[in-house]
Amino acid sequence: MSTTSPVEIAEPDVDHVVELEDPWVTIVWNDPVNLMSYVAYVFRTYFGFTDEKAHELMLEVHHDGKTVVSSGRREQMERHVQAMHEYGLWATLERQDA
Amino acid sequence: MRPFRKRRRGGISATFEIGEAHLLANLAGQVVELLRDRNGAEESHADPLAAQLGMGGPSLPPDDPVLQRLLPDAYRDDADDAGEFRRFTERSLTSAKVANAETLIGSLVDGGLTFGQLPDELDDGDRVEVELDDAEVQAWLKALTDVRLSLAVRLGIETDDDAEQVSQSDDDATAAMSDIFEWLGYVQETLVAALD
Repeated sequence: MSTTSPVEIAEPDVDHVVELEDPWVTIVWNDPVNLMSYVAYVFRTYFGFTDEKAHELMLEVHHDGKTVVSSGRREQMERHVQAMHEYGLWATLERQDA
Repeated sequence: MRPFRKRRRGGISATFEIGEAHLLANLAGQVVELLRDRNGAEESHADPLAAQLGMGGPSLPPDDPVLQRLLPDAYRDDADDAGEFRRFTERSLTSAKVANAETLIGSLVDGGLTFGQLPDELDDGDRVEVELDDAEVQAWLKALTDVRLSLAVRLGIETDDDAEQVSQSDDDATAAMSDIFEWLGYVQETLVAALD
């Protein structure tokens, strides 16, 4: 049993979020079938983005061919990708730095 | 068709000509058949627990290009990860898509669509009015998307220009299928608009 306390301890740096794992990202790819209104609707309702943000992301998909819609733990991104596939959107996940 | 609109007493409704309703049900039924050819009917799983856990599905992507689009790889550049993900999730994704298509067909049946009539028994004046609650709206959005994705693959639509090109095709069958593809887009567009 230890009762000793360190005399001096470094304050944890709370300004930086510590990532224990490499973050992963969910990417939605452009396709010629899905309606712009529908893609924005999915971003709004599934991810909870505002109208404005959902529209902006939809336009990124449309113009740039793809965009990152979410980042975080791998399991979470896998759930998002599967949900996007049920909506009929073309989505993949990968490591953020890939 | 009278497009989708919000009802004052809740829900979303649209009215289809009888021929349109048959077409929708037929296309959704074809998606169900394709998916079942790939993954079997749900009740046929030998091991219900494994099925519930989403285990034991195929790990290789389908050969059929329509199924490839409906059940795409989750990892783009890693075949091992894509195969592993597919093995654990493809069956449940398939079940969800089948359920969505069946919900769409069910709404049409609730609206008065019947099967097995001869074409001359159909009255052109017959209408099918569908009324969708929130869950049915979600199923319709997804099922309409799957039908449109399927038609697009069969039409060879891979770019925005392709869609324009097939709509002006000299081939009657292609032009007819393209018209249906466009019409389904219109149906879905009115459904999304009615949700605002």
